[in-house]
Amino acid sequence: MKATDTGDPAYFHRVVDCQWACPAHTDVPEYIRLIAQGRFTDAYMVNRESNVFPAILGRTCDRPCEPACRRERVDGTPVAICRLKRVAADHRDDIGERLPAIPRTKNGRRIACVGAGPASLTVANDLLPLGYEVAMFEQHATPGGLMRTNIPSFRLPSRVLDEEVDVILDMGVDIRYDSPVTSMRALLDTGYDAVFIGSGAPRGKELDLPGRHDTDRIHVGIDWLQSIAFGHVDTVGERVLIIGVGNTAMDCCRSSLRLGGTDIRVMARRPRPFFKASSWELDDAEEEGVHIMVNHAPKRFVVEGGRLVGMEFERLEWDENARTSSVIDTVLLPCDDVILAIGQDNAFPWIERDLGMNFDGDVPVVDKTTMQSSLPNVFFGGDSAFGPKNIIWAVEQAHQAAISIHNLCQGLAVDERPPVLMNLMSKAMGLGQWSYHNDYNPAHRQKMTHVELTNRFRALDIEVELGFTAEQTAREVQRCLNCDIETVFSAPLCIECDACIDVCPVQCLTITADGTETDVRARLSAPAVNPAQSLFASSALPQTGRLMIKDEDLCVHCGLCAERCPTAAWDMQKFTLLLPTAGLAVPMGAH
Amino acid sequence: MPSIEKPPIQHPGLRRNSLGLTIHDYEGSMSTLCAGCGHDSVTAAIVHALWEMETPPHRIAKLSGIGCSAKTTAYFARGAHGFNTAHGRMATIATGAAAANRDLLYIGISGDGDSLSIGLGHLAHLIRRNVRMVYIIENNGVYGLTKGQFSPSADVGSTTKRGDPNQVPPIDPMSLGLSLGATFLARGFSGDKRQLVPIIKAAAAHRGLALIDVISPCVTFNDHEGSTKSYLFTRHHDTTATESDFVPPAPEIVASIPVEGVVSVTMHDGSVLRVRSVPDDYDPTDREGVAEHLRRAHAAGDVVTGLLYIDESSADLHEMHDTTDQPLRDIPFSQLCPGSAVLAGFGVR
Ligand SMILES: Cc1cc2nc3c(=O)[nH]c(=O)nc-3n(C[C@H](O)[C@H](O)[C@H](O)COP(=O)(O)OP(=O)(O)OC[C@H]3O[C@@H](n4cnc5c(N)ncnc54)[C@H](O)[C@@H]3O)c2cc1C
Ligand SMILES: Cc1ncc(C[n+]2csc(CCOP(=O)(O)OP(=O)(O)O)c2C)c(N)n1
Ligand code: SF4
Ligand code: SF4
Ligand code: SF4
Ligand SMILES: [Mg+2]
Repeated sequence: MKATDTGDPAYFHRVVDCQWACPAHTDVPEYIRLIAQGRFTDAYMVNRESNVFPAILGRTCDRPCEPACRRERVDGTPVAICRLKRVAADHRDDIGERLPAIPRTKNGRRIACVGAGPASLTVANDLLPLGYEVAMFEQHATPGGLMRTNIPSFRLPSRVLDEEVDVILDMGVDIRYDSPVTSMRALLDTGYDAVFIGSGAPRGKELDLPGRHDTDRIHVGIDWLQSIAFGHVDTVGERVLIIGVGNTAMDCCRSSLRLGGTDIRVMARRPRPFFKASSWELDDAEEEGVHIMVNHAPKRFVVEGGRLVGMEFERLEWDENARTSSVIDTVLLPCDDVILAIGQDNAFPWIERDLGMNFDGDVPVVDKTTMQSSLPNVFFGGDSAFGPKNIIWAVEQAHQAAISIHNLCQGLAVDERPPVLMNLMSKAMGLGQWSYHNDYNPAHRQKMTHVELTNRFRALDIEVELGFTAEQTAREVQRCLNCDIETVFSAPLCIECDACIDVCPVQCLTITADGTETDVRARLSAPAVNPAQSLFASSALPQTGRLMIKDEDLCVHCGLCAERCPTAAWDMQKFTLLLPTAGLAVPMGAH
Repeated sequence: MPSIEKPPIQHPGLRRNSLGLTIHDYEGSMSTLCAGCGHDSVTAAIVHALWEMETPPHRIAKLSGIGCSAKTTAYFARGAHGFNTAHGRMATIATGAAAANRDLLYIGISGDGDSLSIGLGHLAHLIRRNVRMVYIIENNGVYGLTKGQFSPSADVGSTTKRGDPNQVPPIDPMSLGLSLGATFLARGFSGDKRQLVPIIKAAAAHRGLALIDVISPCVTFNDHEGSTKSYLFTRHHDTTATESDFVPPAPEIVASIPVEGVVSVTMHDGSVLRVRSVPDDYDPTDREGVAEHLRRAHAAGDVVTGLLYIDESSADLHEMHDTTDQPLRDIPFSQLCPGSAVLAGFGVR
């Protein structure tokens, strides 16, 4: 096997499963340790450096980090990474002093942002400290994008949203409310050095079935949620059908319950394993009494005398992988309102197609790394770039766009990306002493407490999740396995005594003869059940020429290998990913 | 001292034996030996062997004397019985225990000092009596616990850490065993579990005393350049006499198929030990031949490893003395100790 190149930051980064899975590469274990020490503001700032909106994300993030979490492989449930983020945010002190200074003298470059959603706000957050002037055009009278207009306030209170959005606006954004951009040509003609388009994916998908336009009680989900957010809608019929079973559908059904709906059904075409909604969103909706009905395909809206009376569905039977279906029969479900939550499309009616910007059908061609369009000074990010995703992807793409804009304005090639670097620092303090909590805590994942069902629906904006108590926090932080405290191996020091192999509680180490990877995998101390996880291979060991192999899959970073090694061939070292941001490479977690 | 206990992680991939036990169930408390001590690897080999043999921990008795090696009985099979005896006295206690309860698996752990200095007399009689047990000498050439004095297994010319050479000729437990009629002799190396684990399993199945000499480097006092019991020296001078493969008892055993250079020994419990000779002419059942091989190897400075000698046919302690089949604790007291009237009856003849 080829010796693993641990000089490449990607190797150790990949070991930190959560940080690797996080689109913005938040230094999760570092902030969890800070929470454990009661350093909430520090923990908040570690988050803010990469994800910009810790309080918002601590409540709403799609959390791709959690399914990736090593703890899930070790004891079946991931660390409650997202809810710990909220703990840091809820208990932070004023962060005013820790924010980057905004230069009085500007650098002479002017940037326009279309939309005031998380993507545009992140671009402003990254560029204002570098002396840029940022003008932001928003069609509505309030900032925040879908975070304000679509994420219901029972999941994300407006106070929480306002605080984090205001921090950025207060850095000196030239925000123009009620200013829809209606012509890209006109905007380009204004002479901005660069334009960032963070206008989202604003169009809800239609369901053109018979009866669709014969009543005003059929609503497009994202528009309907927006009307609720702006106070234009405050009631709904008793019986509501939601079409679609993604996250938007979950917000629609739970909002219905708060507007007077009592019999709420979410209609799914396919069986449960194929739902798009996150499992926790489904759980929360079902806890509130929403019925989810599988294998129902919409057929027509039944409108009698201009009044919506129900909807007809075909009941389906699917094959095993839900690829092909056959119709069993047709059923009529009576209802007062129908809400369509079957997806969103990008729409750019305001971008003229003769500007030289390449489109692929209705969507602009955007580079995945630089976020640049085919017009060199126009960049995209967030839902506008590649269709609807989530907040954390919007933030990450905006960080990349900011780097590109900075490069462009400095006369550098936009594809000359600043390097990703790392720091490694030993955590050894003495014999058998580490400057991190290396013991394994068998605690189970803490369950979030919710407001009592009896009190929950009194108002639209009662936040359902109460947050972790101090006791829950204390328990949950200890579940983190400190994956960023890496096992770093030095082959020339090893005397092949086997001490590390013998002590490892999960048998992830092996000393064995060289061979092909398949061959070596067959000789491990414990079978490598997870091929998605890296296998570390050392260079040849001095005494026998064999290799030290480590299967990263289940390592709990207990440090026992390093502790029992007589020669310090293994050491436990804190890995810090130095992620570049626009302007400079700032060490994540530097504070 | 380790900072933490070994985390008791029950991950989904952890395998269980037929008793439902994982390998962790055969571990003991955390080792307090020096980091890198060979003894810890011997412990790990025992843990592996016991888990694979699926021995119920409460059917095991662990015995030892005094020394770093003697401490290791605390580090495996936490559910087993145990007895830490006085220095060099493990053999005697083991003899008594085995005589009283023939149903347990006895595992004795000793050091080269414990067995070859103060305990040599006891070991000699244990061998002669062919007491059924696994007897492991963790051999590092020094008294580790008392800070590195030469032990009786130190080779002539091997030096202390400071450079002073040993001048007193060594005792080789294998040659000693051959001369006293031992029925199972093997030598391993703590750094080679692939060889050691099957040897331990075969030893546990052997009817009689199984003596295993394991070169187990003392990383603190005897792992330097002048040592002949270091990791490096052992790796460079290890010459394998046999390779063994242990096949647990099974309905159909293919042991009868003769393979050239392979001796198949059917053990007392129906398991089969397959021993492949590495030098073609090595015969692990020829006491004189093995003794000669060891003499020559010693003169050449080689460390011969593998299953060295086996004799599965000789009587063990219980057969020699025609003892009762039952452990004494299963015999009613009235029968064990029938009272003075019966005793008096013996006197009148
Ligand atoms: C119901 C629902 C629930 C969701 N829940 C979550 C969640 O829990 N967690 C999560 O991570 N993500 C969630 N999302 C997705 C998430 O909100 C979006 O991915 C994210 O907001 C995208 O950010 P953005 O900045 O790209 O665009 P947006 O947030 O859509 O912001 C775009 C802004 O641009 C403005 N704009 C558009 N066109 C123009 C124009 N021509 N001129 C001026 N202004 C314009 C819009 O008014 C808007 O303010 C949810 C989405 C929906 C629909
Ligand atoms: C009766 C008695 N004499 C001497 C000692 C001191 N002593 C303790 S351990 C030991 C030798 C241990 O050497 P060895 O058996 O090789 O074990 P190791 O520590 O090397 O594993 C001695 C001499 C003692 N404990 N009791
Ligand atoms: S830190 Fe070392 S001993 Fe602990 S689980 Fe990882 S490899 Fe094993
Ligand atoms: S404990 Fe250290 S010296 Fe011993 S085998 Fe492991 S890495 Fe090598
Ligand atoms: S002194 Fe030697 S024998 Fe004793 S624990 Fe340390 S290394 Fe092992
Ligand atoms: Mg010794």
